[in-house]
Amino acid sequence: MAIIDQRLTPDEYAANFRDIHPPFETRDAALVEANRCLFCYDAPCTKSCPTGIDVPKFIKQIATDDLRGAARTIFISNIMGGGCSRVCPVEKLCEGACVYNLMEEAPISIARLQRLPTDEAMQRKWPLFTRKAATGRRVAVVGAGPAGLSAAHVLSREGIDVTIYEKEARGGGLMTYGVAAYKVTPGYCAEELDYILSLGGISVKYGIELGKDISLARLHDEYDAVFLAFGVGLARRLDIPGEDLDGVVNALQFIYDIRTVGYPAVPVGDKVAVIGMGMTAIDAATQARRLGAGEVTLVYRRTEAEMPCTQKELEIARLDGCRIHWLAAPQTVIGADGRVTGLLCERMELGPPDGSGRRTPQATGETFLLDVDMVIKATGQMPFEEMVLGAGVGHRGGKVSVDGAGATSLRGVFAGGDCVNGGKEVVDAVQAGKLSAAAILEYIQSQAPRPAVGPIDPSIPDHTV
Amino acid sequence: MASLYTNYLGISSPNPFWLASAPPTDKLVNVLRAFEAGWGGVVWKTLGSQIKNVSSRYSAVDYHGSRVMGLNNIELISDRPLELNLREIKECIRLFPDRAMIVSLMADNDRESWHELIHKVEDTGAHGLELNFGCPHGMTERGMGAAVGQDPAIARLVTEWVMEAASIPVITKLTPNVHSVVPTGRAAVEAGSQGLSLINTIQSVTGVDLDTFIPNPNVGGKSTFGGYCGPAVKPIALKMLTTIAQDPITRKAPISGIGGISTWKDAAEFMLLGATTVQVCTAVMKHGFRIIEGLCEGLSNWMDEKGFRQTTDFIGLSVPTLTQWEELDLNYHIVARIDPDKCIHCGLCYIACEDASHQSIGIEYGNPYNTYTIKEDECVGCNLCKLVCPVEGCITMVEQRAGPDYLNWKEFQKRGLPLNDH
Repeated sequence: MAIIDQRLTPDEYAANFRDIHPPFETRDAALVEANRCLFCYDAPCTKSCPTGIDVPKFIKQIATDDLRGAARTIFISNIMGGGCSRVCPVEKLCEGACVYNLMEEAPISIARLQRLPTDEAMQRKWPLFTRKAATGRRVAVVGAGPAGLSAAHVLSREGIDVTIYEKEARGGGLMTYGVAAYKVTPGYCAEELDYILSLGGISVKYGIELGKDISLARLHDEYDAVFLAFGVGLARRLDIPGEDLDGVVNALQFIYDIRTVGYPAVPVGDKVAVIGMGMTAIDAATQARRLGAGEVTLVYRRTEAEMPCTQKELEIARLDGCRIHWLAAPQTVIGADGRVTGLLCERMELGPPDGSGRRTPQATGETFLLDVDMVIKATGQMPFEEMVLGAGVGHRGGKVSVDGAGATSLRGVFAGGDCVNGGKEVVDAVQAGKLSAAAILEYIQSQAPRPAVGPIDPSIPDHTV
Repeated sequence: MASLYTNYLGISSPNPFWLASAPPTDKLVNVLRAFEAGWGGVVWKTLGSQIKNVSSRYSAVDYHGSRVMGLNNIELISDRPLELNLREIKECIRLFPDRAMIVSLMADNDRESWHELIHKVEDTGAHGLELNFGCPHGMTERGMGAAVGQDPAIARLVTEWVMEAASIPVITKLTPNVHSVVPTGRAAVEAGSQGLSLINTIQSVTGVDLDTFIPNPNVGGKSTFGGYCGPAVKPIALKMLTTIAQDPITRKAPISGIGGISTWKDAAEFMLLGATTVQVCTAVMKHGFRIIEGLCEGLSNWMDEKGFRQTTDFIGLSVPTLTQWEELDLNYHIVARIDPDKCIHCGLCYIACEDASHQSIGIEYGNPYNTYTIKEDECVGCNLCKLVCPVEGCITMVEQRAGPDYLNWKEFQKRGLPLNDH
């Protein structure tokens, strides 16, 4: 047993990582689906979309050959509507609410339809939005993820000059770095980012990390407003013996590698245990299989009824041949010569519901050993607590505290997305960006203009860090 | 099991389904295949003076993903040699003697031409003649087709010429491109035509190409008004049919109903409003002759269910129920009722009523599903909510009479009763 890369042929990698939700092959196929839509009033799908995309309207526009109109309808509510059509857990959002479910009929394939106009718009580079005349106002955004990009796009449309500071080398945030590659490819994320930025008025400074390369104080000082959208990212530790053995990796890093270094270069074990049952756990488990792991076992403390991932995600894992141990808690990572050789798990049983309503798993004392050479931890992400503390904004356990409009405890500093909510869907982050942008606009308009200054040159040392 | 056997002016056919005069009936190979499939009869595509057709010839209206809700054509009468048609008609009759063979005619506008054509056709052994007084394009410019049917005096004259020569039943086919089909229908019947068939196609422009800006069908950059048919025209046809079935003169002539008949249900409706036979074209042009099986089985099963043993048990049954508006009972009042167990919360009833009817549906906002309830006191019983509801049986209309007695508008006025106060 070993953790090795280059397990498959190029064709096998390509087949394993091809688009899991392919678009409609033809216009006719899309029209059949579009014409099934009942065009509901006050539509449940729209109400179930965190960004409130007017779904019946864009489907009607597809059905009547107005793809450009459909694309604008989507993007006006959700500038990452293309990416969201690939990564959204639609079965619990728009498609889950489709009234056809109540007729025991298959819901409208909203996500698949949404791909059509958004893909077309990006491929043809349709300029669907124009900026208002420049106001001379400037906003700094920290983080080029969904929340930051969404806010930047709204602000730029209103004539605000936006500078985004991004610590990674590429924009898109978790869309680019944290999602299974068979849902959305890194290439697509790059195109989506380019399309968003093609509006103009938004410049992105890469490789700049808040608290390290630049301080909030300086941003606060030099911009009319600051929007914090740096997300979450630190993998939660298991705090069990053997966690630091060679072969224990965190899921985010694993997925990050898959998305950055190329599939063949990502090492994976023969037998892999994935701890957790959220979307990230599924993404890690299925991709471990797709990289060529012989056996992948998901280990989860609770039961299917409590799992955070959707049923559809679970089906993907099962179809990929992943095994699942319900009611099993990792107790010790077993190793030899510093490398993982097994995972000792304890059998659990469900006790009474906890504060969140989920039944709490309780130890039974009975254990079993999983024969594995790799352990992937996917038990949630921690906020960037140090960064938040350093920034000096109010927070709760590292999650930035905001009021209803996204304003933090510091005047002129707003925040939204995962850094506030602790980690939700891309679509939630996009909405948070939109709402914060509205609050930022209102705030800026209430303030007297500042003297004009150019964008910060990151090469000038920031002594306030 | 119910019998579909039909006797129309002494012309018998095993079922009331005939193929209308059109491309499916223009040659032996088609007609034999139709008879093999089970069609009760055909009206052979119109014979007359020599013509030349154009390309393209058809255009259609699609609706909400469904193709050919309506079909438009600019094709003319048969462009084949007359002698060939006559030979083939004779052969079809020989091979299928139990099927109705009607031949559609449109001769040049003189007595001799009509007489000559009729004699030649009768020599084939055909069972009946259908006079094409309805073709709306191409022939009208030459004083034929709809040019005859649109003028009762000309229709009467031509029918008289026909009746001088014809020894087999004559059916006059009426054009709908008139204010009322009754005057021409009367003229034809008074001139001796034993039967009437309707409707021919309705003049139309089905659409304009939004890239080339040329209406369709496109014939080398130009288009022309064509004749519209298919499911879209059925309601118009049913209305015109009823006026013929109700008129004291035209109702003496048995009707062959035409206009968008695609299913057995359509056929039953035409027959309930007075058609003895029905003629089908567009549905066959879309799906082929095979649809005859469903037409016959469906009609027969429905007749069994309703206790009708032959078609004459129900032909014209609904005609007396179509009355003048002022005869309608003002005390008849219905209100909508939504079955909450069947409701899928699509809101279509609500928005239709709210924006376009009488604001009689209440909304209770929910996430994601709203709840909709009828305000019975406000509901005028218009049916709109029930019509737009996508779930069968979810919205029903419940009778809540405004008064016990029949009360029509004339009586209402006579009594000086109050009008609505909203």
